[in-house]
Amino acid sequence: MAYLNVSDVTLSFGGLKALSHVDMKIEPGLITSIIGPNGAGKTSMLNCISGFYHPTQGDIHYKEKKLTHASPHQVSSMGIARAFQNLELFSGLSVLDNLLLARHQNLKYSFLHAVFFFGKASRVEAENRGYVESVIDFMELEPYRKSLVGNLSYGVQKKVEVARALTLAPDILLLDEPMAGMNQEEKEDIVRFVMDIQKERNITVVLVEHDLGVVMDISDQIYVLDFGEVIGSGTPEEIASNPKVIEAYIGED
Amino acid sequence: MSYFFQIVVSGVVVGSIYALAALGLVLVYKSSRVANFAHGQIIAAGAFITYFLTVTVGIPIFFSFLASMIITFFLAMSVERIFLRRLIGEPIISVIMVTIGLGSIIDGLIYLTPFGSENFSFPEFLPQNSLSLGGVSISWTQLLGVIITFLLIGGFSWFFKKSTVGISMRAVSDDQFGAMSVGISVPRVFGLAWAAAGLSAAAAGCIIGNITGLNFETLHAFGIIVFPVVILGGLDSILGAVVAGIIMGLIQQFAGGYLDGNFGLSGTGNVLPYIILLIILLFKPHGLFGIHEIERV
Repeated sequence: MAYLNVSDVTLSFGGLKALSHVDMKIEPGLITSIIGPNGAGKTSMLNCISGFYHPTQGDIHYKEKKLTHASPHQVSSMGIARAFQNLELFSGLSVLDNLLLARHQNLKYSFLHAVFFFGKASRVEAENRGYVESVIDFMELEPYRKSLVGNLSYGVQKKVEVARALTLAPDILLLDEPMAGMNQEEKEDIVRFVMDIQKERNITVVLVEHDLGVVMDISDQIYVLDFGEVIGSGTPEEIASNPKVIEAYIGED
Repeated sequence: MSYFFQIVVSGVVVGSIYALAALGLVLVYKSSRVANFAHGQIIAAGAFITYFLTVTVGIPIFFSFLASMIITFFLAMSVERIFLRRLIGEPIISVIMVTIGLGSIIDGLIYLTPFGSENFSFPEFLPQNSLSLGGVSISWTQLLGVIITFLLIGGFSWFFKKSTVGISMRAVSDDQFGAMSVGISVPRVFGLAWAAAGLSAAAAGCIIGNITGLNFETLHAFGIIVFPVVILGGLDSILGAVVAGIIMGLIQQFAGGYLDGNFGLSGTGNVLPYIILLIILLFKPHGLFGIHEIERV
């Protein structure tokens, strides 16, 4: 069985089928992209994996563990982190607090330790702070450490969104259109980060993205969704020559 | 002049209790966007539990005060768990209707007991004389009430600023999806918000009961007067609840002290909060400290 295994997942809202009989195998250490026209079910797929939606039918397994009905906070503690398409940051907190809060969910010391702040608590706290700083360095967010997230530009907020997910030290990172609404320079920046996340941090990336150029360049594996169904999968080369995919994107002549 | 300062003092006393009573409403609204119309009943229940433990069971009053806060903490948490948890994701208006229903049920239960109709008062445990300073006097009960109120509000503010659970609660009120994605259990935070609201309501109930006596109607009315307070302060701001509580207390006392009896007016202190409520809603709907959300489109 694959690392993250989506088998026969169907998601319906009343009569509307957002996903139907989707199978996906996501392999460790690779960048897997999910592409498709608007409304194809890409974000629904991410929602199912991250526990925001639960499939009507079918199962999702991660490292042999079933997470079909897990809630979002359980999924994130299992090592699957997510960055949202529409920013879901804590805009009233600073960049540092946004990241520390994510890190804090993994605190393993007792309330008494916390109150008196000795031994384990201060050591864990220092480790956490160190980890968060390493993520800030990695995402090049140093100048914004103390800024309120709500006051930052859209491009920087998108980076904070990715950074917050990284702070959870995930095995798998789900990125939902991290480049949407960005200019060319910012896009190139994010592409570089995504590649570094995979190579330097050894994190498996699942990317939902509209920019086909980017997807073809960096993906190891691509799934194409259309009207909730997988219409093609494989390496970028295979996808580029798949007639069904070309039809969905360009239309019949 | 001492008449003026006397009114300031009683305004601050009443106002700080409003602040404490309003705190519970803000906590629940801040995390789950639900206006709790059963808040007055929880305030009353907290006071009656303390009375029961002190007088009927015979526990020293300070311990029964603490016990009552702990009991309402768990009571409010179970109310959330049993009735409101399954409504997560339903329209807010349904949840609000449920709180109104819960309020009526608690009303009914309290009317079944002697507390529903008779007046009680806590046994006296403080010196009966008043502290007097330059013609302005404050009773020991009032002074103790204000001190406990400020300690509690200070404690809550510290909790929300510094503790992990407190910051998680703020994160949930800021962005629920974001909070879930970093591993915060949103239902657990809702439960804690209700629990904290129950605890602060019980404390408010006891302090009011100790100053004015235990009367169901009076205690219950605090659940309504807190609405003008939180609207003035901003529904989701703890600081707003404190400032607006004190402003409202001062307004009421000044109205009672200067307007009533003149110009043929009476009972102005009871009406003014609601007039202010209307004015605030017309001109500054987010209150003094509430967050005005601006959506970028």
